[in-house]
Amino acid sequence: MVPVQPTMPTRRLHPIPVRIMHWVNAVAMIVMITSGWGIYDDYVIIHSLHFPGWMRLGSWAAESLLWHFAGMWLLALNGLAYLIYGFTTGRLRERLLPITPRDVVTTVWETLHLHIAHEDLTVYNAVQKLLYIIVILAGVSQVVTGIAIWKPVQFSWLVSLLGGFQFARVIHFTGMAVIVGFLVVHVALALLVPRTLWAMVAGGPRVTTRGTAR
Amino acid sequence: MRSIFRPTAPPDAAILDNHRSLIRGLERRGLIRGGLSLGALTMLTGCDVASNHSVELGLRQISALNDWVQQQLFDPTKLAPTYPKSRVLKPPKFNAYYDVMDVKPVNGATWALEVSGLVTDKTPWTPTRLAMLPQRDMVIKHICVEGWDYIGEWSGPTLRTFLERVGADLRAKYVNFRTADDYPSSIDMATALHPQTLLATGYADEVLADPFGFPLRLRTATKLGYKNPKWITAIEVTNTYSPGFWEKKGFSWFGGM
Repeated sequence: MVPVQPTMPTRRLHPIPVRIMHWVNAVAMIVMITSGWGIYDDYVIIHSLHFPGWMRLGSWAAESLLWHFAGMWLLALNGLAYLIYGFTTGRLRERLLPITPRDVVTTVWETLHLHIAHEDLTVYNAVQKLLYIIVILAGVSQVVTGIAIWKPVQFSWLVSLLGGFQFARVIHFTGMAVIVGFLVVHVALALLVPRTLWAMVAGGPRVTTRGTAR
Repeated sequence: MRSIFRPTAPPDAAILDNHRSLIRGLERRGLIRGGLSLGALTMLTGCDVASNHSVELGLRQISALNDWVQQQLFDPTKLAPTYPKSRVLKPPKFNAYYDVMDVKPVNGATWALEVSGLVTDKTPWTPTRLAMLPQRDMVIKHICVEGWDYIGEWSGPTLRTFLERVGADLRAKYVNFRTADDYPSSIDMATALHPQTLLATGYADEVLADPFGFPLRLRTATKLGYKNPKWITAIEVTNTYSPGFWEKKGFSWFGGM
């Protein structure tokens, strides 16, 4: 009997629950964003900005609303499961912390000088960490502002807190723009480094158990 | 999704009978053409066109579940925010499923409100009789499902006062409305009894004008704009659900805020 080494790699970079939640989230995000565009077009926020029919889920507002209010359950429940999993297993802390302003500046500097290295999938650089933190917060913000504009009377305190109904709409729209911006970068990088995409399907390299990494 | 341009009633059966041979011919041609285009479509997209109906059915079932969730979230004692008179929009914003030019004014002199269903007193109501009920005035926000909103000042008796006066069964599930512009609507009893649910006859200290539903419209502070029927001609208290104008087209029935 050989005793198990505490530093022995025991689990995948992306455990199965994370992979399932990631792809469920991908579907939910696409449904929410494209149906949201269908709702937006009925009364636009930016006058010159309309989303063409092929970009929208639902052929008119009633259909887009049906999709949006069905997708919200998928997004909210999956997002909640992700946060609970991330906090209880320590995954969020492990992946996204520590993060310092100095690290962010250094990474941005290196990126601008094309010194970008992505040899080790298990370590996120400061910009990656920052982007993930931003998109998680944007997702939470979408749920909160979504509740405010869905139930502006029952949650009137929330609407006041957000600066009024129309302002809550603008924040909801901005949150969408932030998430879409993240998606563009996220998908582009995943396609540039296909190993990351495959890791989210198959689980990626084995890593040492949390707390024993040297 | 059913097209909004498709008629809801099928054509008269006699017309179909008189033109049977012609229709047969059209159907034969349609079948061939349809077969060809369906083949082309499957090659083009690989989409399962036939599953569209079940997707729509599923979405509508989730919408029915969401209506139930909305009913649970609804607090009958929670008041919607009110605003100072200085912020009232004059005149109010016009909204209907047709253009303002197509409004057909109701004759107030001959108008009478019909009352039916689970009520003890079914005597029709005249504008004078309605004006004798205790009046309320409220400055509330109208929020449309599309996303726009405006602040308006509405006056008239509360629907609760009216329902009590006609001896309505307040345990009934629904209050249905019929209107002069063929815009049926139904709301839940909890909303009907809410203190900010008004049978509006006035706007900004004046008699409600034609394009906004003269002589009687519903104004509720706890529901989206499309749940506020105008030019009301009949009110029914019932336990039988009947969808309203937009609900038939796929919008949520509860439409609460």
